Amino acid sequence: MSEPKFVYVTYIATTPKKLWQALTEGDFTRQYWYGTSIESDWTPGARVTLRNDGKLSDTGEVLVYEPHRRLSYTWHVEFHEVFSREKPARVTFELEPIGATVKLTITHDEFEPGSKVLEAVSNGWPMVLASLKSLLETGRPLDTTGAESLASAKQQAIARAQGRAG
Amino acid sequence: MTEPTFKPKTVYVTYIAAPADKVWAALTSSEFTRQYFFGRSIEIELKVGGRFVLRMPDGRVDVQGRVVECDPPRKLAVTWRVEWIEEMRKLPECLVTYQIDALDGAVRLTMSEAHQWDVPDEILAGGRMGWPLILSSLKSLLETGKGIVVKLEPPKEMLEAVRTRTR
Repeated sequence: MSEPKFVYVTYIATTPKKLWQALTEGDFTRQYWYGTSIESDWTPGARVTLRNDGKLSDTGEVLVYEPHRRLSYTWHVEFHEVFSREKPARVTFELEPIGATVKLTITHDEFEPGSKVLEAVSNGWPMVLASLKSLLETGRPLDTTGAESLASAKQQAIARAQGRAG
Repeated sequence: MTEPTFKPKTVYVTYIAAPADKVWAALTSSEFTRQYFFGRSIEIELKVGGRFVLRMPDGRVDVQGRVVECDPPRKLAVTWRVEWIEEMRKLPECLVTYQIDALDGAVRLTMSEAHQWDVPDEILAGGRMGWPLILSSLKSLLETGKGIVVKLEPPKEMLEAVRTRTR
């Protein structure tokens, strides 16, 4: 049996350099990640902090930082106890230029058996990455306020995780 | 007649800044498919039981099937038999479902590829390689007016697995 993991591929009409900035700079992430800013000095072992409207959302530690090619950090969800009790997982971004496009592969793995974080990130990444693609290609992120905002997606993720915890 | 049971094996979700009926049109008309689906044109009778064909730019049939569910602009399901790779014609057909959920300011598009047999990962690799590009390109086309053009070849491991199975 292979380990449970989440893999998502998207193609973005941009350059690896621009995409790299979008993944590693807080001013950039805030625009497409529904108000979430990322912060790290990006040296190996450095802390990674994700904050949403000032509130701590997730933390990690830099594992790989190969500019414009490969980024990996551990991923510990902090915003609710139903997730923060799990050990940190790992997220890896791989960038591959193909013509005028970049193929971006996101792998989220190293989950605990029966992880609730896995389901939450599996629902969350497509929303975040679709908005990232829109921002880089059109200059505008996705505008999903209201019922489908990130805050309500997080609430739904908590409810699902707690439901299964029963 | 008993209907075969299809289990989803590959699911791809994306969010597109376009109205649901635009996404529906992009899924069902050649004017759009030619620009994001490797140049394929589509022929589809939009009713249950209707015929469905995806045709390559040179006129050969790539995929054909029948409409199983048609609820514009929310849900479209078609049976899916790959014809352009000869060996794949002998495989059991799969079921491809597009679900369009209208949200505030965007739609969520969910593509699900479901199978009625215990299909090995090597054969699933074809769809897992193709769908992200097709659907990324569809999103770009609707948001920017331009699809994404990248050349992909069917994965070797898939062709080998299909040949072994259908020999």
